[in-house]
Amino acid sequence: MFEYAPAPESRSVVDLKPSYGLFIDGTFVDPTDGGSFKSINPASEEVLAEIAEAGAQDVERAVRAARKAYDKVWGPMPGRDRAKYLYRIARLIQERSRELAVLESLDNGKPIRESRDVDLPLVAAHFFYYAGWADKLGHAGFGANPQPIGVAAQVIPWNFPLLMLAWKIAPALAAGNTVVLKPAETTPLTALLFAEICQQADLPAGVVNILTGAGDTGRALVEHADVDKVAFTGSTEVGRAIARSVAGTRKKLTLELGGKAANIVFDDAPIDQAVEGIVNGIFFNQGHVCCAGSRLLVQENVADRVLESLKRRMAQLRVGDPLDKNTDVGAINSAAQLERIRELSDAGSAEGAERWSPPCELPDRGFWFAPTIFTGVTQAHRIAREEIFGPVLSVLTFRTPAEAVEKANNTPYGLSAGIWTDKGSRILWMADRLRAGVVWANTFNKFDPTSPFGGYKESGYGREGGRHGLEGYLNV
Amino acid sequence: MTATTTSARSELSELGRSETALRTFLHGLPGVDQVGAEQRAAQLGTRSIKTTAKAQAIDLAIRMVDLTTLEGADTPGKVRALAAKALRPDPADPSCPHVGAVCVYPAMVPYVAEVLRGSGVHLASVATAFPSGQAPLEIKLADTRAAVAAGADEIDMVINRGAFLAGRYKEVYDEIVATKEASGDAHLKVILETGELATYDNVRRASWLAMLAGGDFIKTSTGKVPVAATMPVTLVMLEAVRDFRAATGRQVGVKPAGGIKTTKDAIKYLVMVNETVGPDWLDPDWFRFGASSLLNDLLMQRTKLTTGTYSGPDYFTLD
Repeated sequence: MFEYAPAPESRSVVDLKPSYGLFIDGTFVDPTDGGSFKSINPASEEVLAEIAEAGAQDVERAVRAARKAYDKVWGPMPGRDRAKYLYRIARLIQERSRELAVLESLDNGKPIRESRDVDLPLVAAHFFYYAGWADKLGHAGFGANPQPIGVAAQVIPWNFPLLMLAWKIAPALAAGNTVVLKPAETTPLTALLFAEICQQADLPAGVVNILTGAGDTGRALVEHADVDKVAFTGSTEVGRAIARSVAGTRKKLTLELGGKAANIVFDDAPIDQAVEGIVNGIFFNQGHVCCAGSRLLVQENVADRVLESLKRRMAQLRVGDPLDKNTDVGAINSAAQLERIRELSDAGSAEGAERWSPPCELPDRGFWFAPTIFTGVTQAHRIAREEIFGPVLSVLTFRTPAEAVEKANNTPYGLSAGIWTDKGSRILWMADRLRAGVVWANTFNKFDPTSPFGGYKESGYGREGGRHGLEGYLNV
Repeated sequence: MTATTTSARSELSELGRSETALRTFLHGLPGVDQVGAEQRAAQLGTRSIKTTAKAQAIDLAIRMVDLTTLEGADTPGKVRALAAKALRPDPADPSCPHVGAVCVYPAMVPYVAEVLRGSGVHLASVATAFPSGQAPLEIKLADTRAAVAAGADEIDMVINRGAFLAGRYKEVYDEIVATKEASGDAHLKVILETGELATYDNVRRASWLAMLAGGDFIKTSTGKVPVAATMPVTLVMLEAVRDFRAATGRQVGVKPAGGIKTTKDAIKYLVMVNETVGPDWLDPDWFRFGASSLLNDLLMQRTKLTTGTYSGPDYFTLD
């Protein structure tokens, strides 16, 4: 046997403060009503820091600071000068990427391999990419001289804390808007470190404001009358509430919500790579991915073979300490999320699907869930319809391409889909018929700042990334 | 072996009788997606193998080395020195294991055989008009017989790439079968020369062809063409031996050769073996490195781990 010795990434690169204030108008300030909450490490339940909770008055202060910065500094600033700041931020992110990656893994529970090799490179790439657009907006296809919208209220989720921040802040700033951003209450730390990076980059005060807090803070922010644009990534339920509150106002809204993506494997697929794609599709980031390939649709004549390979591959997944460089699957982000995953998985068993997990030892403390697949799942099962947002895969079979399309589309969501086949014409035929914002062919969960990302139906509206991602932040 | 694998095995052994059957079978194997295979190999390369795991891996890698010299300039003296090194790679440390085998040209086999006799270190000889394979079949077979007669217990043959790429699979198959027969009791390693096969689909087909024809090992390269062993190629070959054992019950070994120079590289390969085919292949009987300079780097890293300091390259013998 070849046992890998522990290979932990050092925590000492992160300099955690005992408590953090709100980042308003270029400085860290205490919240007006003094509220606070704790951010914990989901892998150990240890408290990482005390975080300020922003109330309505703090929201007022932050929006006012953003408005002032928009009117006086950032809005009038030439694009080439805005670009300078964005490039500077991108470089600082690269310089401090190890620190940011460790902090992300500590606060979120995701394996360091992913925060180091996926999250951080994409975060920097996003800032670099949009920095390039700042002085070329006239060539983005939205008219000769497109104007920014104003103050953007941005609320982001806990699954990719810093990456979602980048997806929101980079295009907003490139287009000339100022922002007030609320990170998720379970993962505020990298956003606060990003605030320090803004200071380090001499970004003018008020251009970026970070308000920490929970649902109430987010609500106060998106409902604030002086906000011109609302951007939200998170659950469909909250997205609906935001859409209702914004309806009838002049605010522009983009939503990136849940998904229940189908990963479709045909009998002529490259099986070994398809299995990697299935694993990457659902176990990447513990399945806390809105575009996760949580429904595997496999052609019935290769179903046994694919499942056998998949199980063998799953037995190789290393679940455990997120800071160990050899960990593949880390901790579930919160007790609440773990509870939801458990509840839906139990419903899967109760409804008659067959549950399987590889033998794996889970740590005693912290929030953990073994990689799990359900076979014998039908379209009617809850685990085939509801977003689990965890390392749980529902396996269904199909006979014909038409049936695959029908099953894949038979969901209120429409964020992403995957197709695995050696036949190029079938990829195109399927992609034309799948109602999903992103269709991956012979790969899955691939992201790039140049590529637009967003959903159909209840997965939201608006696009992030690419030239298209500018539209949500321009007055067009 | 179960009844199903026995019957699958006899069905598969029929394939070699007809060109059409071979072609249908080989082209019916699942394809390999190039991007995906390369990505998986790269991902396995990011594993962090430290301390005890590294020490274990280094010793295993030393035991898996086919210490090789295949030069026109090889002399009896040089190959004797190499064989002596194979037996005791680190004269300063008796706990250092011996390597898996010494690999030389047929003409050098008798000199190596004298040194290795009874040591447990295998003696591999390249044969079949290595490295090009461009000779009439009778000469290739005579080459093989001569190497075995001189004392080689492992034969590294090259396949007929021209015939393979032209789609004459039966010709390649028949040559392997004939070489296997000429090898007698010696283990047969079949060199696919993957650098000339152009696609991973071809690597998978050639792997199956070699296994169906009776090869005991499949080997990536001669080391004589620009592209030698790579991680993705070896990954595809490992998947092939895994699937072949699942279908037939017979286990076949894998030998990446050429271009593996550092301990870091060797460990990446071992990680790939571990996570693709599992511990059954983590043994010199089933996995080998065809290499020459790799051994000294393994020895240097081994000394570093045991003593805590690097001794320079001058402390290890150059061959």
